[in-house]
Amino acid sequence: MDYFAQQLINGLVLGSIYGLIAIGYTMVYGIVGMINFAHGDIFMIGGFIALITFLILVSIGLTAVPVILLLVLLVSMAITSLYGWTIERIAYRPLRHSFRLAPMLSAIGMSFVLTNFSQVAQGARVKPVPPIITGGYTLHEGADGFAVRLSNIQIIVVITTIVLLALFTWLVARTRLGRDMRACEQDQTMASLLGVDVDRTISMTFVIGAALAAVAGMMYLLYYGLVDFFMGFVAGIKAFTAAVLGGIGSLPGAMLGGLLIGLIETLWAAYFSTEYKDVAAFSILIVVLIFLPTGLLGRPEVEKV
Amino acid sequence: MKFIKLIGLTAGASIALASVALAQDIPVAVASSMTGSESAFGRQFKNGAELAVADINAAGGLLNKKLALQVGDDACDPKQARSIAEKFASARIPFVAGHYCSSSSIPASEAYADGNVLQISPGSTNPLFTERKLANVLRVCGRDDQQGFVAGEYIAKNYKGKNIAILNDKTTYGKGLADETRKALNKAGVTEKMFESYNKGDKDFNAIVSRLKRDNIDLVYVGGYHQEAGLIVRQMRDQGLKTVLMAGDAINDKEFASITGPAAEGTLFTFGPDPRNKPTAKAIVDRFKAKNIDPEGYTLYTYAAFQVWSQAVAKAGTTDTKKVMDTIKAGEWDTVLGKLAFDAKGDIKAIDYVVYKWDAKGDYAELKQ
Repeated sequence: MDYFAQQLINGLVLGSIYGLIAIGYTMVYGIVGMINFAHGDIFMIGGFIALITFLILVSIGLTAVPVILLLVLLVSMAITSLYGWTIERIAYRPLRHSFRLAPMLSAIGMSFVLTNFSQVAQGARVKPVPPIITGGYTLHEGADGFAVRLSNIQIIVVITTIVLLALFTWLVARTRLGRDMRACEQDQTMASLLGVDVDRTISMTFVIGAALAAVAGMMYLLYYGLVDFFMGFVAGIKAFTAAVLGGIGSLPGAMLGGLLIGLIETLWAAYFSTEYKDVAAFSILIVVLIFLPTGLLGRPEVEKV
Repeated sequence: MKFIKLIGLTAGASIALASVALAQDIPVAVASSMTGSESAFGRQFKNGAELAVADINAAGGLLNKKLALQVGDDACDPKQARSIAEKFASARIPFVAGHYCSSSSIPASEAYADGNVLQISPGSTNPLFTERKLANVLRVCGRDDQQGFVAGEYIAKNYKGKNIAILNDKTTYGKGLADETRKALNKAGVTEKMFESYNKGDKDFNAIVSRLKRDNIDLVYVGGYHQEAGLIVRQMRDQGLKTVLMAGDAINDKEFASITGPAAEGTLFTFGPDPRNKPTAKAIVDRFKAKNIDPEGYTLYTYAAFQVWSQAVAKAGTTDTKKVMDTIKAGEWDTVLGKLAFDAKGDIKAIDYVVYKWDAKGDYAELKQ
């Protein structure tokens, strides 16, 4: 039981990071109807910016860890959002009224551009950081000596995810911007006729998605202690899978999908073999899609007349 | 008239080309993982090769020509290694020092064999590299069957009655080393409690770390590269495990300690006796230090690979692969690693692996047994 609890914690933390990235996929899909394949790389850029900011802050002599973390978070979100906005502006907006596959191809191209850009600008080496947040709690110690541990960084990852998810759910459900986004999702032409600035709303969607990816990138850096220029690919694929599993276009679905992928991977590795954990995650995706083609929380697409 | 002019021009051009070819340097190459997760070791190779070539040229070159070094990057990817090897072979490069990852060295060696290129690997330890009866391969490092034997003996001696786990990353090197260590361990009468594999490139090892915790593992042996091993150590300490990690030569770079932080303390690995401490290496080590390079890991092995080849070429008076190879195998060579002699397969005679231990300051030292 203790063992199961520990693996549950492992899975939830991993799933939270997937979920944060998955939200970016799902929001863009919901509004523009395209898969932003460059999103995994935005996540990687976020990780790098967090690393660079962290190193700058440490080198100017800042030592208070909470202050550093907050500043790193804000700077990373701000600059990564700028990346998100720029990419939409130069790679997707000119192609918005082109044929359906054009923006997707452009996204794949953008993904290569970002990967190679950071390889050239930051070098091809893995960039490690020493553990910044250490320590944790022993939740329960079983009779057999197995202690369930929850480390501080795991707490931070989960809490940050919950807070951000709540914040953005509120943003979509209650604010003016959220209403515009939902309007654009339903019918862009009608929304623009009613005075919604469609271009701006779509830009903001990319900005929000990028900001969340930046948070995921920073959490990744803190949790695993390293970033490299290639990390966006695998993480992006997993998060995309999570978004599809949860029902692409649905915000809570992305989070649910992320958690499920994280849990499946971890529990499979815990009780069967680590060799086939990815196979397990993707097999479950296939099974779910056979019975629920729109994912767990997705709505079937209604043809508008 | 125009026609004659053209002929003149062509003739002139070809003479010019020929004279360039005559004055040309001897091209040599170093190939390793210059980018990607194993790039720390690519840098070791490159540092060693650059200084070796500079020293050979400063001493008057080889066969009255200068050496020109080319660098190949395989990113520890077998496909890329093969294509680099084919590129070097078609450029008629007589000598390549490389590669690092065994999964790169092995496919590359076949292309080198076809192109008649002499390959000395400074750091590929998988036995298969020299076991395929290829006439063009040598290595200046040890083999995983020897390395695994030393690791297995050490574990059996010091962890008798304790719980042992063995992990591997499914690569040629990692799986090979894990299998050899397991073999040696079982022979010494110790059975491991867990034998598992993970994917090279994985970042999240929490699930497997919790399994180690459940099974009360005292020592985990990892057949794999430094990034994954570093992450395993880090995640073990995060989950409150005191389990000791032991690995092979692939964690012999300071980058390992920068991934783990102080958690590296106590981590064990096997490697040849530290080449930096050998009296033969003193002068070269000082020259590296003057350039602010720590010649750790395979740096000096790469330097030695160039020394062996260049001395043999000077003795044979040619860069022809077959003649140089016969010369190398017949002789004994003075290198920074000491005297090296090779057996018929291309392995060095007299190999000894020793166990090292990392400390909390991010340094490692030979373990006195």
